Amino acid sequence: MREDTIEICHLKKAYGEHVIFSNLTMELKKGAVTCLMAPSGAGKTTLLRILAGLEQADGGKIGGLEALRKSMVFQEPRLAEELTAAANIQLSVRRRMFGKEKRSFRHLVEEMEELGLSGCENQAVSELSGGMRQRVAVLRAMRMDADFLLLDEPFRGLDAGTKKKTMNYIRRKGKEKTMLLVTHDLEEAEAMGDWICTCSRLDGILEIKRNRKSSTEI
Amino acid sequence: MTSIIPNKDKKEKQRKTKRWPIVFWLMIWQAASVFVGQEILLASPAAVLKRLFTLVTEPFFWQSLLFSGARIGAGFLLGAAAGIAGAALAGRFSIAEELLTPLVAAVKAVPVASFVILILIWVSSKNLSVVISFLMVFPILYTNTRNGLRELDTALLEMTDVFQVPRPVRLRWVILPQLYPYIRTGCSLSLGLCWKAGTAAEVIGIPNRSIGEHLYQAKIYLDTPGLFAWTAAIVYVSFCLEKAVLKGMDLAEKRMLVMK
Repeated sequence: MREDTIEICHLKKAYGEHVIFSNLTMELKKGAVTCLMAPSGAGKTTLLRILAGLEQADGGKIGGLEALRKSMVFQEPRLAEELTAAANIQLSVRRRMFGKEKRSFRHLVEEMEELGLSGCENQAVSELSGGMRQRVAVLRAMRMDADFLLLDEPFRGLDAGTKKKTMNYIRRKGKEKTMLLVTHDLEEAEAMGDWICTCSRLDGILEIKRNRKSSTEI
Repeated sequence: MTSIIPNKDKKEKQRKTKRWPIVFWLMIWQAASVFVGQEILLASPAAVLKRLFTLVTEPFFWQSLLFSGARIGAGFLLGAAAGIAGAALAGRFSIAEELLTPLVAAVKAVPVASFVILILIWVSSKNLSVVISFLMVFPILYTNTRNGLRELDTALLEMTDVFQVPRPVRLRWVILPQLYPYIRTGCSLSLGLCWKAGTAAEVIGIPNRSIGEHLYQAKIYLDTPGLFAWTAAIVYVSFCLEKAVLKGMDLAEKRMLVMK
């Protein structure tokens, strides 16, 4: 097994009679962004859920994942509605019951400003728009000290300008981290991915191709 | 101190109980007592109020309130704690749920009077209201908390799994806010009930210096204004206690969601 990759070998998953993938094999380069593009219902989210440890595969194995700390942007923001935007973001970094680190909070506010969320830190997430909630979810995932980031359509519901800011933020913050980004948008994949995997079904051996348009600033 | 919960004060407009329906029913009561014409059958509001004023000046009134209030309150607290803990156990271990389901169903179905007579065999009449209040509160809090646990947002729980949110943080910031409305409703429902059942148990057990004893004596001596006055006192204390407990719970919930 190679140390620079996460190896997914002969992965099987079915929900009752409905087979999601019967023999999925692919490699993810560590320290790089891999974009996965496949049609709806192909099993992209299921693959992310298995990689995140939320579901068990029915067969096959995944190597190189054991020591990695994972973080995820879900398709829907999954925010604690009772809490403010800042508190939601800090849920992932709070190791000791909501710490008192003022410096950390100032840094958080700066990052929120970067994503166009200035002044929202003490606002209820229930009062935020869909796009703002999505950015709160992105911030929560990116601020976690994780090695492996699973991003399930993270730019959903964002306008062009905000999407660009969010892409730059993810690229900068996720530098040298392993990322698997699921998207339907080729432009997003080309802008974000070091490697791109395009397929019609998540089955068989999936080939990842180096993205020639890859850049750090979008 | 920075709040991490949104300021809901603007949204929370105090719903004030309208007073005119109370005045209306007092007038109906007064008219009915004038129509009946015998205080022994139906005491007038004025006679009850007069009797209540006499009662509040007596030390035994406050002693009785304290005696019954302390025991019913203790029963409530024990019942609430046991109900919540039982529901948490049932949520965690299916065997606990299998064991507790018939017990809770039995406690719900058995009449209070049967419990009172049965418990009088085992427990002194002094502590009867503690056990009866406990038995009234436990199934309500168990059922409500269990329902709340079933309705927990699994998507949010998955999120806490992925982000490895520590258990205390998960409990405090994700589970409790979702569970709180169920516990609050359970407390609101059971508080009134445990006062009613607790004083009913005291009427049967007749412990010394209890509200139940005074109700019983009022019945024996055909002291209808006294009976009404004690009843009014019970209703008022129950109402105040419910308000105080719920207010306290709301404050505690808000305090919990404040970052220092």
